[in-house]
Amino acid sequence: MRSVFKLCLQLSIACLLWPGAAALASEIASGQAAPGFTLKSLSGKNLSLREYRGQVVMINFWATWCGPCRQEMPALNALYEKYRSAGFMLFGVNVDAESANAAQMAGKLKVSYPILFDTDKKASALYQVNTMPMTVLVDRDGKIRHVQPGYRAGYEDKYQAQIREMLRE
Amino acid sequence: MAAISAPSRRAVCPRWAGLAGLVVGLHGAVCAGAVLPEERADAMYHYYDGGGVRVTGPALLVRKNMADKLSVSGSYYADTVSSASIDVVTTASPFKEKRSEYGAGVDYLYSDSLMSLSLTKSSESDYVADTLSMDIAQDLFGGMTTVSMGYSRGKDTVRDNNDPTFSDYVNRYQYRLGVSQILTKTWRVNLDYEAITDEGFLNSPYRSARILGAAVPEQYPRTRDSQAVAFRTVKSLPPHSAVRLEYRYFWDTWAIAANTAEAAYNRYVSTAWLMELRYRYYSQNSASFYSDNFTQAQNFMARDKELSTFRSHALGGKLTYAFQSHPSFLVKSTLNFAYDRIRFQYDDFTDVRTGAPYAFDANVMQLFLSLWF
Amino acid sequence: MSAPRYRAVMLLPLLLALGVGGCAIEPWVKPYEREYLADPIMNTSRDPIADKHRQHVFDTREAARGATTSEGGGCGCN
Repeated sequence: MRSVFKLCLQLSIACLLWPGAAALASEIASGQAAPGFTLKSLSGKNLSLREYRGQVVMINFWATWCGPCRQEMPALNALYEKYRSAGFMLFGVNVDAESANAAQMAGKLKVSYPILFDTDKKASALYQVNTMPMTVLVDRDGKIRHVQPGYRAGYEDKYQAQIREMLRE
Repeated sequence: MAAISAPSRRAVCPRWAGLAGLVVGLHGAVCAGAVLPEERADAMYHYYDGGGVRVTGPALLVRKNMADKLSVSGSYYADTVSSASIDVVTTASPFKEKRSEYGAGVDYLYSDSLMSLSLTKSSESDYVADTLSMDIAQDLFGGMTTVSMGYSRGKDTVRDNNDPTFSDYVNRYQYRLGVSQILTKTWRVNLDYEAITDEGFLNSPYRSARILGAAVPEQYPRTRDSQAVAFRTVKSLPPHSAVRLEYRYFWDTWAIAANTAEAAYNRYVSTAWLMELRYRYYSQNSASFYSDNFTQAQNFMARDKELSTFRSHALGGKLTYAFQSHPSFLVKSTLNFAYDRIRFQYDDFTDVRTGAPYAFDANVMQLFLSLWF
Repeated sequence: MSAPRYRAVMLLPLLLALGVGGCAIEPWVKPYEREYLADPIMNTSRDPIADKHRQHVFDTREAARGATTSEGGGCGCN
């Protein structure tokens, strides 16, 4: 059985030194054109990404059952309030099966940016969302510039720096 | 009857180093992450009443997260035991006893690995138990699989309230391995294995065995190796319910084999009410050195009903009320009431008061408040 | 070939496939489809304080012990 032990050890070292393995997973990457979508919003009307060409757009995929998503939203709301007049738009794309739950949570978190309902998960599949939450920054030309999976405290500072840079273009 | 030699100490510890290497190594290439446990505070009152024993007391649990990386928890648990149980009533007089247990734990989140360390100290007038536990849980394959490993080390000091000169110890070693796998959007299965080794004074200084009706001190082996394998499955029945099924098989070096099976049904009755219904079946056969009444003296003799052949059925449920409005610093708050009724039926342990096989019913109740922040 | 070496050679491709392939296996339940799995009723132990006490009630009266805790993938977060 010592050979199995040695095997496990060798395999783990191999995996550790194989960063390329992570790249095997498909992911949406910066430089690509942001896939278009049209979704129903909380206000009732349909919003589409194409309408906001010329503005810097942040697309944040979230769900009511995702802890880090709920933590992040007030910080994103602060960014929206600060930069919306400079040409910044934020879409909160929700993936809950019941849009009523999303509407209620957005109200509780006092979010002012548009909430879109992706109940049939088409936009999530287009953007190959592989973590919840996922934040995508799209520049004025409709090109994806940054993709951030997950949320940890402090990410909002990184987003702020990226947004300011993109607004200056 | 041939003398039963002490069970040999089989090496129970598998290839941990290799497995740990595999787990830590895989983390470098994994696609999705893990999260810290939820922050919460729970306060509970628990109650047990059965077989002449009543145990009540409070329990508290608080968990707080820091910097998205660390989670600290503290717990307190107390039992106040008023006992006139069959063991006590037939060989001694009723007593009152208090046991308190303090626990502290720390969880550290590093990418997709959650590492936990915890310490528990339990003390009563004649028994002190200290336990140190280490666990690691690793998310793999985009979070579809979670592999976990754990180790616990316990050190107990056993005393005798009737004999101040008596003092002995127990060393406990526990090894855990678990795999959790998401099968579909609504279905998850778990497989768990745990090996436990005890070494030291493993019986109670107060209990006696019987040889042809006469009371004699119990003699236990100084070691016990046990293993358990459990399979669990949870299936969501959208949009409001879930079903859980569990089965565990246990066996040890005292020749005991036990089966545990449990089924539970959870359902959201309305926005505020959640109910659970559950049934648990348990059966075991007796230890090789157990007898209700020995015909002659042996190397090892036990008359603990815990080591006899018996079955139990537990039927119960839990009702949860989620408060619809609460202070803004709370994310969620619930009030819960749980009740189980257990029937114990012994095949080869007799009630010396009646001469018939012993059986009793027990009521278990829990009332607790949970706050999430 | 000796038995341990034979076992190692047979296991090697499986373990390699598991190790490397596992790093790249596409989850068939996407993180945005984990809604039901993340629900508290799908958690085998949603009230640790109560479950710990209930398990203690059984452990102190039964010979069997162990393999009682388990946790698993729910959220797909972070």
